[in-house]
Amino acid sequence: MAIELLFFGSLVDTTTVSKLVLDDFSDTDTLKRYLEQRYPSLKSAKYFTAVNHQMIQNNTLLTAGDSVALMPPFSGG
Amino acid sequence: MILPGFGEQAQDKLRTAKILIVGIGGLGCPALQYLVGAGVGNMGIIDPDSISRSNLHRQLLFSEKEIGRKKVEVAAEKMRHLNPEVITDTYPFALNNQNALGIIQKYDLVIDATDNFPAKYIINDACVILNKPYVYGAVSRYEGQLSVFNLFISGVRSLNYRDLFPVMPLPGEIQNCEEAGVLGVLPGIIGTMQAAEAIKLLTGLGQPLYGRLYNYDLLQSRSFEITLKHHNNAASIDKYEFEKINYHVSYNGPGDIPEVSVAEFNLLTQQPNIFVLDVRERHEYPPIDFSDAQIPMSELHSSIASLPDKEICVICHQGIRSVYAAQFIKEQRNLTVYSLKGGLTAYFKQKNV
Repeated sequence: MAIELLFFGSLVDTTTVSKLVLDDFSDTDTLKRYLEQRYPSLKSAKYFTAVNHQMIQNNTLLTAGDSVALMPPFSGG
Repeated sequence: MILPGFGEQAQDKLRTAKILIVGIGGLGCPALQYLVGAGVGNMGIIDPDSISRSNLHRQLLFSEKEIGRKKVEVAAEKMRHLNPEVITDTYPFALNNQNALGIIQKYDLVIDATDNFPAKYIINDACVILNKPYVYGAVSRYEGQLSVFNLFISGVRSLNYRDLFPVMPLPGEIQNCEEAGVLGVLPGIIGTMQAAEAIKLLTGLGQPLYGRLYNYDLLQSRSFEITLKHHNNAASIDKYEFEKINYHVSYNGPGDIPEVSVAEFNLLTQQPNIFVLDVRERHEYPPIDFSDAQIPMSELHSSIASLPDKEICVICHQGIRSVYAAQFIKEQRNLTVYSLKGGLTAYFKQKNV
């Protein structure tokens, strides 16, 4: 099952891409563990997570076609 | 103005409205111009800075011949040319947690057009204390964020910026425009949208961008919206705490952190009780063999407990981040701290003489 992952702002420095399509993640905690292994500096990065455009705080089940967005704070003006 | 849904009544509301814009830069200039253009009668503008050449590409309110003058003074003059009836209060200094409540309480809403996190958290917390709507905007390279916070809806705690990011990022953790660069048109777009949200809030027109974070990607010409929710760990700051918090973990120069020269550093490192901490990111060059640990600035928050109870000398590339890091360590752990002045750049320069 495909999950669409979107990275915003300064997170793209870490991931080098703004979008990834990944298979087989049952929930957001598992997905985050995988991402932190793939991009270690994500572990200390500041961001919040949204699933299907809804901000989440706790582990959330994922199903095929879901989009997960990682949104960091911006400070420029 | 003749528009369906926007009559004389709406125009009257704008004429009597009072808006504070914090920061007269890339976001603040267009927001101010459009609000005064729309007939907002009372504007407060606050910014400690003077106009510099590097501002002109994104702050089109200003021109070459005004370089060196205070932004708020020039901006107020130009607003009087645009609308002689507009009343502009100018505050040529920075908003801080000692003056924010007194200033913000005079206005109906606040537009955050600042370029740093301490200012954003000060505005947010002050607006929460005073129950004032807060029109948030910020940019990062080719992307912009926009939202309306703290819109008082009876019975429910209003969403605010701390619901998104409960803890303020450390200096250096997230780059700002001066470090990262920005295409002038981007804050132009976001600042103009902030003005639109302010007009909607004041007149009751349409649906405000409350409870949603709007992200605009200039490169892809795409927008992305996230529905926000209350965060369990979002601190609610009361008036007493507000005036006590150290929002400026720095941004004020070294303060009381002793900066050591390379010669002093060489002597210091011969002491047994000194711990040399490198706060550069892991990809930074060159690797060095005389530090006791490397904890990148971005990880310092979470790793602060791992530092030993020794005197800490912090080093980085240019000696700027190390001051922030030293201030943070001093605050959190109350250890004796030093920062290597000029950083490793100075160190290697000295060594190669």
